[in-house]
Amino acid sequence: MSKNQSEYLIKRNNNEYEVVIGLEVHAQVLSESKLFSSSSTKFGAEPNTQVSLVDAAFPGMLPVINEFCIKQAVKTGIGLKAKINKKSIFDRKNYFYADLPQGYQISQYKNPIVGEGSVVLDLPSGEKKIGIERLHLEQDAGKSIHDIDPQNTLVDLNRSGVALMEIVSKPDLRSLEEVNAYVKKLRSIMRYLGTCDGNMQEGSLRADVNVSVRKKGQKELGTRCEIKNVNSIKFMQMAIEYEANRQVDVIEEGGSIDQETRLFDTKKNQTRSMRSKEDAHDYRYFPDPDLLPLEISDKFIDELKKNIPELPDEKKKRFIEKFKLSAYEANILVSDNETSKYFEEVIKESDVKISTNWITGELFALLNEKNLEISESPISAKNLSKLINLIKDGTISGKIAKSVFEIMADGNKDPKKIIEEKGLKQQSDPKELEKLIDKVINDNQDKVKEYKSGKEKLFGFFVGQTMKISGGKANPKLVNEILKKKLT
Amino acid sequence: MTNIIDLTLVELVNKIKKKEISSKEITKAYVDRCKKSKKLNTFITDDFDNALKKADKFDKKPDFNKKLPGIPIAVKDLFCTKDLKTTAGSKILSNFIPSYESTVTQNLWNEGSILLGKLNCDEFAMGSSNETSFFGNVQSPIGKGLVPGGSSGGSASALSAKLTPVTVGTDTGGSIRQPASFTGTVGLKPTYGSCSRYGIVAFASSLDQAGPMTRNVKDCALLFEVISSYDNKDSTSVNFKRANYSNKLNKSIKGKKIGIPKEYRAEGMSKEIDELWQRGINIVKESGAEILDISLPNTKYALPAYYIVAPAEASSNLARYDGVKYGFRSPGENLIDMYEKTRSEGFGDEVKRRIMIGTYVLSSGYYDAYYLKAQKVRQLIKNDFDEVYKKVDAILTPSTPTSAFTIGEKTNDPVSMYLNDIFTVPINLAGLPAISIPAGLDSKGYPLGLQIIGKAFDEQNIFNIAYSMEEKINFKNEIKSWWM
Amino acid sequence: MTIDLKTIKHISKLSRISVDDEKAKKLEADLNSIFLFIEKLNELETKNVEPLTSIAETTLQLRKDEIKTHNIREQVLKNSPDKNKDFFVVPKVVE
Ligand SMILES: [Mg+2]
Ligand SMILES: [Zn+2]
Repeated sequence: MSKNQSEYLIKRNNNEYEVVIGLEVHAQVLSESKLFSSSSTKFGAEPNTQVSLVDAAFPGMLPVINEFCIKQAVKTGIGLKAKINKKSIFDRKNYFYADLPQGYQISQYKNPIVGEGSVVLDLPSGEKKIGIERLHLEQDAGKSIHDIDPQNTLVDLNRSGVALMEIVSKPDLRSLEEVNAYVKKLRSIMRYLGTCDGNMQEGSLRADVNVSVRKKGQKELGTRCEIKNVNSIKFMQMAIEYEANRQVDVIEEGGSIDQETRLFDTKKNQTRSMRSKEDAHDYRYFPDPDLLPLEISDKFIDELKKNIPELPDEKKKRFIEKFKLSAYEANILVSDNETSKYFEEVIKESDVKISTNWITGELFALLNEKNLEISESPISAKNLSKLINLIKDGTISGKIAKSVFEIMADGNKDPKKIIEEKGLKQQSDPKELEKLIDKVINDNQDKVKEYKSGKEKLFGFFVGQTMKISGGKANPKLVNEILKKKLT
Repeated sequence: MTNIIDLTLVELVNKIKKKEISSKEITKAYVDRCKKSKKLNTFITDDFDNALKKADKFDKKPDFNKKLPGIPIAVKDLFCTKDLKTTAGSKILSNFIPSYESTVTQNLWNEGSILLGKLNCDEFAMGSSNETSFFGNVQSPIGKGLVPGGSSGGSASALSAKLTPVTVGTDTGGSIRQPASFTGTVGLKPTYGSCSRYGIVAFASSLDQAGPMTRNVKDCALLFEVISSYDNKDSTSVNFKRANYSNKLNKSIKGKKIGIPKEYRAEGMSKEIDELWQRGINIVKESGAEILDISLPNTKYALPAYYIVAPAEASSNLARYDGVKYGFRSPGENLIDMYEKTRSEGFGDEVKRRIMIGTYVLSSGYYDAYYLKAQKVRQLIKNDFDEVYKKVDAILTPSTPTSAFTIGEKTNDPVSMYLNDIFTVPINLAGLPAISIPAGLDSKGYPLGLQIIGKAFDEQNIFNIAYSMEEKINFKNEIKSWWM
Repeated sequence: MTIDLKTIKHISKLSRISVDDEKAKKLEADLNSIFLFIEKLNELETKNVEPLTSIAETTLQLRKDEIKTHNIREQVLKNSPDKNKDFFVVPKVVE
């Protein structure tokens, strides 16, 4: 198997296979209440405490749609540069399952709220555009719990009826890296928009993964299998890798692929057929007679368009043009809205170059180490900006700045105060520095002789000694200048 | 003074307001009669003790500003009633106690009315004779062994037997008008969206409407103005200004244009029905209305389209009865086994038949041929009415193709049973209002009804026409209390 | 078109209603007579007709994003044939 950054091919015998991937991402809409009922969507509540009579499908209960969820879907559509459909229809998808109280899911089938759009991926090999087929609104199901009671299945309906956006990509993805970049980009756009928190641990973002393989150069697509409900990027990648290899094996052995729904078993790292789904595969979609077609006006859409924030692609472009950042730096800084906000806050009063280095270097390392989001950063943008200005104006050296940064990380203290309290201010008084340097020269007469006789490498030694007895506070630039004068 | 049970709703309201009679007296009169009328099998669940208590309470602190002050009313057991068993006539809901109240019944209680009990009906309102109820047949007071019609059969029977002064039913394809016609009473299927569907056990969502069933037109108008309301809990509820229909009743229909659709005659109509219809035509003519021959060309396709749309919606609406959240459960080895046993044992044959039809017409490969086709036909039927209403104010037809039949007569032939609703179904498909009023008796002495169909939200107009006709027809429902 | 026993079994599976052979035969006869009647619709040309999408003469009403239902677990579980304090309980799901 070859793993090239731009090409993901599976080799068997003398054949090379290309892997074709499409994702149906289920993104939970950020909203207070559910799509068709007024119960809470909050994560982590006690089982069945966020269930209304509508969510539990009591006789005579009817759906009433949440306007905010419609807005969230339209905003996301705008973010995906997609066509917003002014008329869309809610359909019922009929199937029986313990955690589907109505016996049907309200979804959108033939007429989704959002049509075709696209997402641009920033790959090491360059940009790649991935097509979006559609985005539709639908209800989430509840949760069946199989591992508490050995005889029975327990059902929790807290999630039942929570609004989801199903975002369907075209089969444009070709590698595990692209899948990773695509999911992250989608998540980033939705976070910028505030339409989905993208929290995969809490199930706010899951995907059905469609995988097929075809011989390299072949035009038509192979038969695909759909791997249901994979809830992390890593599992998506593992599932694709397993499934693509399985399909290649089948083909190489002279078999053919059955179009089917499969399940990824995270413990065994395998996909397997969900036969039970197959008999009930006929969903008998039809327009939900409890709801009317959803019609939205140009005004409704325009109002939302007006309030769309700057999205990662545009922000990246601006960062490169305005702040002269490299594409690489810009990508890192815009990947997450909070990061870009932090960055812009820091550079309001500080040097861009130094700020970029400190944020992508020290700060990211710190957050990584403490496993924190930038919004939880122990160092505020304001204080980091102050620190950077202290470096820039020579109050402290870069090296001292690192120890100040460490102290700041423990409690977001004002760097000026830390410097004062610890006496870390850079020594930039030439008279004071001369005293130190004179001491170094006096104490090391032999080294001075060696230096003067041509061993110029020793210059660093004198700088080091001076810095050492200054406790690291001496202004290195001045020390250099004075030393040069004294030693000639 | 006349017997309490013989008074109309309007009379009861007036007497109570004038303090000539108490809520307790009315309620007791009805409870006593209900208790002696068990043979009719009209009630699935009674709430007599509570009703008497509530009547007492009302009398102690009466509010005469209400439209139905202290009036006891029994309702079809398709309306969810808080803390009182609601079965929809089905085994699968035979132990279900809602924690909520339907909007229509809540509107009754808000206007001072008191619940007497829950009336028998065809299982999930699927039937035209009340023979599909898990709780057994309902007898029609018209004659022993006769069906009261359906699905609001318990309601029609209780109303004509004077076990309740008025009642509310639901009408998906004729379920108010056909039993009204069979029992010599008045029944209105309102415009779709007039009465909230919240808390009514759903049969076919795009067709279901609750409506009043009464002994005369004025009561019908009064009850309709109570139960009709805009409801933000039902997305198909229509927000329009509701009138005081009963105060605005007007017998003068001079100059009204009334259409007579020729296609209703073509369906192999019996001579008796034809004559009844002609009498109705003559009566409105005498009152100064203008009669116009009209055509509703797609009428014959209404019933086939209905038997696609209604079962399709029902198959989905009834998927929630799976033994998990409420109702009957039959134990199974695993989840699927439990589902299949529960639904097989919990539903009766007619309901299962319709679920099967609905599942089939929606299933992969058949959707376009059946469901989509039916929705197109529905559009054509609606267009027919729209076209005709450019020329006429209302349409007059018979309510049913025959009078009441006997219990068991049609149970083995579903299609002949379905044909009962041939005159009523097109109105549900088009979402229009229609009222059935008693118009005469057939040779066997069984009542027959005429149907007045209006424009959408033009209930006032059809009340007025019905009011005018009622006076001229002067129908007397002479029922001997043979069951007591 | 005729509906055969195989189809009856298939739709009984889809609708989760078990049907024994005797019932299936009865259903086969009933459904065939009903569909014979339904298929009258085939006479009608509807190629250029738009299907009706809703009969309600109104537009879809929208709800504000507000939490109005709080914890009513007891109410929700009360009618369940099998439950414990927290959950609905159903027989094991076999995959
Ligand atoms: Mg999918
Ligand atoms: Zn989905």
